[in-house]
Amino acid sequence: MGFGALFLRDLRLVWRRPGDVAVVLAFFVVATVLFPLGIGPESNLLARIAAGVLWAAALFASMLSLDRLFAADYEDGALDLLLLAPWPLELSALAKCAAHWVVMGLPLAVLAPLIGGAFGLDGKSLLVLVLTLLVGTPALSLIGGLAAALTLGARRSGALLALLALPLCVPTLIFGASAIEATATGEGFWVHLAILGALALVSLATLPWAIAAALRQAGE
Amino acid sequence: MMSAVLEVSGLACRRGGRRVFDNLSFALAGGELLALTGRNGSGKTTLLRALALLVPSLAGTIRWNGADVHDDRENWRAKLAWLGHLDGLKGDLTVVENILVAQRLRGQPADIDSVASALSTFDLTTLKDRAARTLSAGQRRRVALARVVAAKAPLWLLDEPLNALDALAQKALNEGLARHLAAGGLVIAATHAPLDGARTLELGI
Repeated sequence: MGFGALFLRDLRLVWRRPGDVAVVLAFFVVATVLFPLGIGPESNLLARIAAGVLWAAALFASMLSLDRLFAADYEDGALDLLLLAPWPLELSALAKCAAHWVVMGLPLAVLAPLIGGAFGLDGKSLLVLVLTLLVGTPALSLIGGLAAALTLGARRSGALLALLALPLCVPTLIFGASAIEATATGEGFWVHLAILGALALVSLATLPWAIAAALRQAGE
Repeated sequence: MMSAVLEVSGLACRRGGRRVFDNLSFALAGGELLALTGRNGSGKTTLLRALALLVPSLAGTIRWNGADVHDDRENWRAKLAWLGHLDGLKGDLTVVENILVAQRLRGQPADIDSVASALSTFDLTTLKDRAARTLSAGQRRRVALARVVAAKAPLWLLDEPLNALDALAQKALNEGLARHLAAGGLVIAATHAPLDGARTLELGI
């Protein structure tokens, strides 16, 4: 019950300020579009790097949107109310990361194939791209959530957050991008996708506890 | 003399390596209001946060109806209504949404009647559909106080509840406190200004 209340509250807050999400999605589009401009319009090369570019840009976009995840509640005092809610703080942490995934991970998975098509990815690769983003971005929300909780109250927390979270996101990036490459070369992509899913599940099983511990620390 | 509901004994806290208070003991029965006084930095906020278990205490026990509150933290948190020095309101939600969400976050079903009566206690009925970010500091404080009332918790922990309140709002708060106490509730408030019917505990001496 409390989980749903917090999840819906965060979605409603985003709904009231859609600009915050729109800016991040626009960043994703602009960042990916810069690559063809910088590298030149050689379609074979672009199709080859598309997976890596899209995944790395998705990673940056997630980081960009995460620094407000707990900071807003920390600054206006609502974090105390979450710490004092009569149910496990781990559930609150999970609810906030889940809401973040719905407003960032899902739109990225919708946007990415449009850009991937412009990069010259074929239909099957685009499908795998969407699948990897759907399976992989929950891990990004959780890892970024941990970094956001750990950097609460720090000055220049945005840069610190990226520095903490990006190395932890490397396995997700590698398997997300390699699944798409494997599709292009005719190997199966299921192994990569399964590992991506495993990474997301491990994050799900461990990180809410770590986030909750970091939030308690911030509340002291 | 009514028997004590809340018993604090030998509580000690340190912040940043500095002793804030040591061996602090008091007991509170139903219907009692305890005002924490003392100079700035004397540990009023720390004591409130220690009671809510937001800050770990080094020593001492906190008992509610005889049971140590550390044994069942979630049950203890359900007994508390909290007003920090920050209002804890979401600026993009309306006044009434803020209070309803706070109720649901406490695991209670949203109860529109209790919210309406809490709003009218603090004369907020006409503001109820305004976004919280458009309110003045005093109005926001009143919304936060209405949230405390609507939480329907037996123990209120209030940090400077009179901050930014005008005379009418202070009167409303005293009435709200009196109603809570008459129903057997307990209040611990850190405050500089006097509150009606309060016992005081001076910190930092």
